[in-house]
This record gives sequence, C-alpha cells and structure tokens, in this order.
Amino acid sequence: MTAILAKKIGMTQRFLEDGRVEHVTVLEAGPCPVTAVRRPEQDGYSAVQLAFARTKEKHISKPELGHLKKAGVGAHKHLVEFRNEGAELQMGDTVTVESFSAGDRVKISGTSKGKGFQGTVKRHNFKRGPKTHGSHNYRAPGSIGASAWPARVMKGIRGPGHMGAARVTQRGVTVVDVIASQNLLLVRGAVPGAKGGIVEVRTDA
Amino acid sequence: MSTVIESLERAQLRRVPQFDAGDRLRVHFQVIEGTRRRTQVFEGIVIKRQGHGARETFTVRKNSFGVGVERTFPLHSPKIERIEVAARGDVRRAKLYYLRDRVGKRARVRERRNTGPEEVVERELLYGAAFAEPEASPEPDADAKLEVAAEVEVAVESEPAAQAESPAADEPAAPDPAAAGDEA
Repeated sequence: MTAILAKKIGMTQRFLEDGRVEHVTVLEAGPCPVTAVRRPEQDGYSAVQLAFARTKEKHISKPELGHLKKAGVGAHKHLVEFRNEGAELQMGDTVTVESFSAGDRVKISGTSKGKGFQGTVKRHNFKRGPKTHGSHNYRAPGSIGASAWPARVMKGIRGPGHMGAARVTQRGVTVVDVIASQNLLLVRGAVPGAKGGIVEVRTDA
Repeated sequence: MSTVIESLERAQLRRVPQFDAGDRLRVHFQVIEGTRRRTQVFEGIVIKRQGHGARETFTVRKNSFGVGVERTFPLHSPKIERIEVAARGDVRRAKLYYLRDRVGKRARVRERRNTGPEEVVERELLYGAAFAEPEASPEPDADAKLEVAAEVEVAVESEPAAQAESPAADEPAAPDPAAAGDEA
C-alpha cells in the first residue's frame, strides 16, 4: 500500500510501440516526507500523514510550522492524512515516485473542476423538452412530485444546484511511466481536477 | 504549456519536411497485418494541419474511384516511414475544407511552380534517442541509434512502390526508437 501527493501538470500523448497513441496525464509527485504516523493504540485509527510542495516559512501558519519542525521537515504547503495506508512508513521516511512503477493500478482523488450553479440537464443528465413545435419546456426539470399528498417536495429529489468542486476518486488508473529524476508520474487517461490541482495517488487494491 | 510537458513531447518529435495545406503529399506508412508488416502509400492533398508539438496531426484528402477519402495522421507517428512532398499548392487558406464540397476539375489546387528542389528529410527523432532518456547509460542509446538507422534503410527499400505494396521490414518487429528509449 503506497500513497503520495501530486500536482497535476496537464495532459499529453505518447506513441506506443505499435504506433497507437496513448493519452497520459503528467503528475509531479512528491517527494513527500512523513510528518505524523497515527497508530490505533494511540490515536484510535491508523494513518500516515504526508507533506507536499516546499514553500517559504512565511507562507504557512506558525502552528503548522511548529508541527512540521517537530517532524524535522521544512515548510510544506499541503498536509494530508492517508487512512490505513503506509503501515511500513515511519517518521523521517520520505515517499518518492520510486515507490510506484509502470503498470501499477492506482486510485487518484482530487477536487473536480467547479461548474457553478447548473441545471438538471447538465447536473443530473435529465432529458430536455423539445426545442420546437411551440414547446416552452426547454430545460425544465419536469415533475418534482404529487400535489395534495405529500403537499411538499420529497427529500432527495434531484434538482438544479451547485456542481463540481467536489472530491472525486478515479479508480483503476494505470501508471504508464515513472521519471524519478523529475519526480514525474505518468498515468493513462484523465485525472480529476484542474491543472495545478493537488491530487492523492494511492495503490488500488 | 508547462515546460515539463514540452520536454516530454520534444523527445518524441521527428524530423519532417516543411509542408502546408494545399501541398500534395505521399505518406509512406506501415500497416501491420497479423504478423506481417508492409508499407502503404497514401497520396493526396493536405487539407489541414492542427495541433502543436508531438500532438500535431495533418489530414490528407484524395479521390478514390469517385469517392473522397480523408486520412488524418499524427505528424510524429512512428508508423509513418516517410513523408514525400510531391507538389506545392498555391492556396490562400490554412484549412481547405471547401474542397469537400467540390467534385471533378473544380476540386483541384493550383500548383506553385519554381519552388526549387525538394529537400530530402530523413525521418528520425529530432533530438536523437539520447534526448529521450537523459539518465540512461550510453549503451542502450547506441542500440537505439542503430535501430533508427535500420528503419531508414527499410524506408529506402520500399521507395519504388508507388501505390503497390512493397515487402517491408526484414526484421519483423524492429521496435521503434522512442519506445526503446523509454524502456531503457
């Protein structure tokens, strides 16, 4: 079980040996020093906390800086705990891209791109009404329930609202290349979030 | 675009002749049928080029027995053995979609004369196999270069074939240099 934090650089493509094109996402992953280890007997759960992205000391809060100094690492922008991961890791260890290899299956979690307030057609894939023949029902949601009973809208009815900017996990992503000299992880296909976003990469069981 | 992606793409770029929309090209590309590999030639007019870096593609249109046929190739694909510029076209647009609506004599592109001799461009990695994997030891690099040479020879062998198929590669599966470099 391995986990690492990464920054999404963007997408590109590579040519395979047989000439086909493979679409890959480039992630800049690690190095991530271990800043805390949670043990069941002490904390009630097991997890490992990783830091990512070096920054200046003035850019993080003093409590955060103190926590990092206790762990013996410099200022980092991001701290993330991974539940039930990295049981073999200890304080002072550093996770790098080398803990992954080409062909590994990973889960990638990130914050998806925000879409703002969206209607039901885009948000929940509702069907729209006809655009012509005198129809005024272009993108209306349709019926949201009966009338006299229950005289209210049932909870959980899908409607318009805020879409995106939520945590999304993409499972079964294949690592196609690891470039250790530049801390790069190349994975097949797309990854949640915008360029420059922070994602969590974990091995997929 | 990020410099990281640019450098990843630069390692895949190949040397290609200078051409643009309106030019007539002969594209020699490999077709794999079961275990056999042979070279096919697609000749036609370039109607567009799009994209940048390793993702650039071009579309060639030709008329085959009264039916318009278009094929889009990735410009830097390892399957393309050679790109030959057969003629230079005199056009005023970058995208020649209007040719799709035309048939017969009107579907022609005026040829540009006196363009001078065509430069011969050997298809090889633009920045060499060594660039693809900077931290690789020199030995696999040398291997990769040999393979580039082998591929060029194959391309020369299949030259006389205009539309007919020519017997391709003696080595059945000479891996392409980019992939070889990446594996190293």
